[in-house]
Amino acid sequence: MANSDHTTRRTFLGLTGGAAVLVIVRPADATPAMLQAAIRNVVGEANVRAGKVKLDIPPLVENGNTVPMTVSVTSPMTADEYVKSIHVFNEKNPQPNIGNFHLGPRAGRAQVSTRIRLADSQKVTAIARLSDDTFWSATADVVVTLAACTEEAI
Amino acid sequence: MPSALINVPKKAKRGDVIEIKTLMSHIMETGYRHTASGDVVPRDIITSFTCRFNGTEVFRADLYPAIAANPFITFFTTVTESGKFEFEWIGDKGFSETAQASITVE
Repeated sequence: MANSDHTTRRTFLGLTGGAAVLVIVRPADATPAMLQAAIRNVVGEANVRAGKVKLDIPPLVENGNTVPMTVSVTSPMTADEYVKSIHVFNEKNPQPNIGNFHLGPRAGRAQVSTRIRLADSQKVTAIARLSDDTFWSATADVVVTLAACTEEAI
Repeated sequence: MPSALINVPKKAKRGDVIEIKTLMSHIMETGYRHTASGDVVPRDIITSFTCRFNGTEVFRADLYPAIAANPFITFFTTVTESGKFEFEWIGDKGFSETAQASITVE
């Protein structure tokens, strides 16, 4: 019995050691600081408020290689009041940017959909720039079981 | 061989807001993957997608490696006249593809 415990502990240590090595060889992930920098790059010094934006993304995804995502913004989309652009960011992919979508008053409806990659369970943030140059955002947490981007190519 | 799939309604009423769905076949190699021998697989992605209607830009997107392979993008636009949508994808390694779709507005 003591012998089998010993083996279990050794196996466990081996596994954790292996995991530590894996963590070390992974490329540098986008840190929250990089995320903040990427957001500042888009919004400048402007204040980003929560609201108006709706981010539809599954809370739990099996495969991070293709995650459906829809961003919609509450806006009348008239010539005077419309959404200029929608920017999507993530927290832990190697790069903080996902995509920038440039709209205009003639879009009619401020909504875009695409499929994205997520390298880890993380937060996804969508920021909309309105015609009056105010910024609004929405954030969603996504749990990913199979990570994308960094796996070994064949 | 790259190929595009475009979904635009054939007909619409003046002032309608229509949904446009686009898909371009592309590997979207992130540049963060390694081969078994440890070499980095170079980045090869589409960086820009543009939609024009009768020559005027109506939608544009900047894409990053975090966009999944075979970029699928849907968006909306208001139609005021009959005409032609032109779609353009530009990417790494000189990638450049175009597609067109016509709409009749009543």
